[in-house]
Amino acid sequence: MTKQHQNWSPYDNNGGTCVAIAGADYCVVAADTRAVGCISPFTGAVRQKLGMLRVISHLGMFGGELSRADKSLMASSGFQADVRALQKVLAARHLIYQHQHNKQMSCPAMAQLLSNTLYYKRFFPYYAFNVLGGLDTEGKGCVFTYDAVGSYERVGYSSQGSGATLITPFLDNQLKSPSPLLLPAKDAVTPLSESEAIDLVKTCFASATERDIYTGDKLEIVVINADGIRREYMELRKD
Amino acid sequence: MKLLDSTDSGNSSSIERTQYPYVTGTSVIGIKYKDGILMAADMGASYGSTLRYKSVERVKPVGKHSLIGASGEISDFQEILRSLDELILYDNMWDDGNSLGPKEVHNYLTRMMYNRRNKFDPLWNSLVLGGVKNGQKYLGMVSMIGVHFEDNHVATGFGNHLARPILRDEWHENLTFEDGVKLLEKCMRVLLYRDRSAVNKLQIAKITEEGVTVSQPYALKTFWNFNAFQNPTAGAEGSW
Amino acid sequence: MAKVEVDAPPKGGFSFDLCRRNDMLSKKGVKPPSYLKTGTTIVGLIFQDGVILGADTRATEGPIVADKNCEKIHYMAPNIYCCGAGTAADTEAVTDTISSQLKLHRYHTGRESRVVTALTLLKSHLFRYQGHVSAALVLGGVDVTGPHLHTIYPHGSTDTLPFATMGSGSLAAMAVFESKYHEGLSKDEGVKLVCEAICSGIFNDLGSGSNVDICVITKGQKEYLRNHLSPNPRTYVSSKGYTFTKKTEVLLTKITPLKKLVDVIEGGDAMEE
Repeated sequence: MTKQHQNWSPYDNNGGTCVAIAGADYCVVAADTRAVGCISPFTGAVRQKLGMLRVISHLGMFGGELSRADKSLMASSGFQADVRALQKVLAARHLIYQHQHNKQMSCPAMAQLLSNTLYYKRFFPYYAFNVLGGLDTEGKGCVFTYDAVGSYERVGYSSQGSGATLITPFLDNQLKSPSPLLLPAKDAVTPLSESEAIDLVKTCFASATERDIYTGDKLEIVVINADGIRREYMELRKD
Repeated sequence: MKLLDSTDSGNSSSIERTQYPYVTGTSVIGIKYKDGILMAADMGASYGSTLRYKSVERVKPVGKHSLIGASGEISDFQEILRSLDELILYDNMWDDGNSLGPKEVHNYLTRMMYNRRNKFDPLWNSLVLGGVKNGQKYLGMVSMIGVHFEDNHVATGFGNHLARPILRDEWHENLTFEDGVKLLEKCMRVLLYRDRSAVNKLQIAKITEEGVTVSQPYALKTFWNFNAFQNPTAGAEGSW
Repeated sequence: MAKVEVDAPPKGGFSFDLCRRNDMLSKKGVKPPSYLKTGTTIVGLIFQDGVILGADTRATEGPIVADKNCEKIHYMAPNIYCCGAGTAADTEAVTDTISSQLKLHRYHTGRESRVVTALTLLKSHLFRYQGHVSAALVLGGVDVTGPHLHTIYPHGSTDTLPFATMGSGSLAAMAVFESKYHEGLSKDEGVKLVCEAICSGIFNDLGSGSNVDICVITKGQKEYLRNHLSPNPRTYVSSKGYTFTKKTEVLLTKITPLKKLVDVIEGGDAMEE
């Protein structure tokens, strides 16, 4: 038998792009629903569109409907199997927290938990690129951005995933936040109104889809503010 | 074969793990239709590029409500079937009137595949899982490294490239059994023409609320009489 | 004597002198620059009175779309066209070169070019370069001997087929052809089937996208339908638009009139023509 060298890799990149923007009293988290896969190890390199996978999970009930009590939202891209494993771990940890403390975990606490969870697998990392958004304990919008092994930072806006290289410069130009080195410290939240932020997010994704082949199909936007939480969708290019 | 340190055995000896497949099956296709799920797979199994076995059943029922189809390493598939049997048996022994549905089995498979990839000892398969329970149709798939999703139609291996485009164009919610079989046969014929490890002997399995039926093996009609096939040089006379 | 041989000018064609150096560099981890690839769906089929070629219009460079509306159906001769997939520079260079040779051949003979001639010239060129010219082509045309359709692989092998697909979207397009093609298609049926095959590539293969180009060639006639379909418009345009105000700040403006610093001699040596 001629041995065809079929090496396997424990990782795959299923693509996808996420964006989160924090305002004074709201937070917008968005991600496209395309998942790209080299699902099969047998056929080699041609990548193709697999179908739609929900990228956003709200960290209340895993896989359920949005609940008014939800305080944080996570959008992830990268390796889908790792992303789902990570979502499951966080959902379980959050459930335990709720049983122990009889309340929802705050967004900054969830941010720390996510960092710890990622770093726990430092030498066999979750190949997941996350943004976490929500309202902090004072009701102010907050966004946390991560790398795959748990380094994180609170920012006013962030983009992760395959289209991040296209979106980040645009966001920087439109809403450059004050330097974290300034004294006295200035707020990182963006000056936009909620509807302006949603408009900006839609523009980002429509543009990223024009030029990034791993982004497209459909955009899922979740907005969290004092009134509660809501979700909307927008169509993206499907080619 | 690459040697990896064993972490779970007590001594510090090395164990060998499957780093490549030996006997493999090619694509499986699954679709939802009006009353349930249809799944098609040919019966070939290749040893490298040799078509070694020609009567391998790659679609099997699991419990009362599910159907599993596999491409990839046949021995790993048989191991998966064994552990699913165990799962179904243990579930049955509760004797509480509950039984595992396709969603549960799919989730179990996903965790099993992901767990094995975490141990750097993957089960070398792409699996399709379909079923019906309580009037709910379910169809999903898992890859060897744990990537998984649900959809109205799924395919593994070459089927991803050759069958999915057809299914995306022609699949709809209200397919009758006959139309569903026709659609699957159309896909299987394209695969037969274009996938070198496909063989013209296939089975189509059906699962509905009533239960599972797996068809007898049969062959598809093929057409090879295009003019350009009859004398290929006729079109390029003067070249070489 | 030996020195004369060394100094003899090369006879033309590519030089492979640097291949060994490049191998050594890549083994040491130096990455070569990436080229513009037309991650592509290109197709062709024979219908009752001729040949139809089709292509998508996306050109990619890695994960980025480099050109959203490029042309992949190249002119070879008035009665012959050629779709190209692979490295954009190679497909363009190879079709242009052979197209020019065909034109010279027509001046020489005063006859219409034949598809086999184009085929033979293309495959000889590609074989000579052993696959280093990465062009995968679908060649179609109608000549005195009738309609012809061929595929040419980068290493120079060729096929004669009733329907053909090439590029990264070839499997998606072939799925359409294998399930729907039959002999004796009318022009409308043919164009519809080619559109369907290209759309299959556009929507199922990431390397292919944007619009559908079509070229219908019949006896003594051709129709080049550029952007025959545009199934992928932008989905969102912000109502207010965006401004990008932050320019580089101008700190200082100083103009040095150079004429004062030099003597200008009018009517100096005329430039060599």
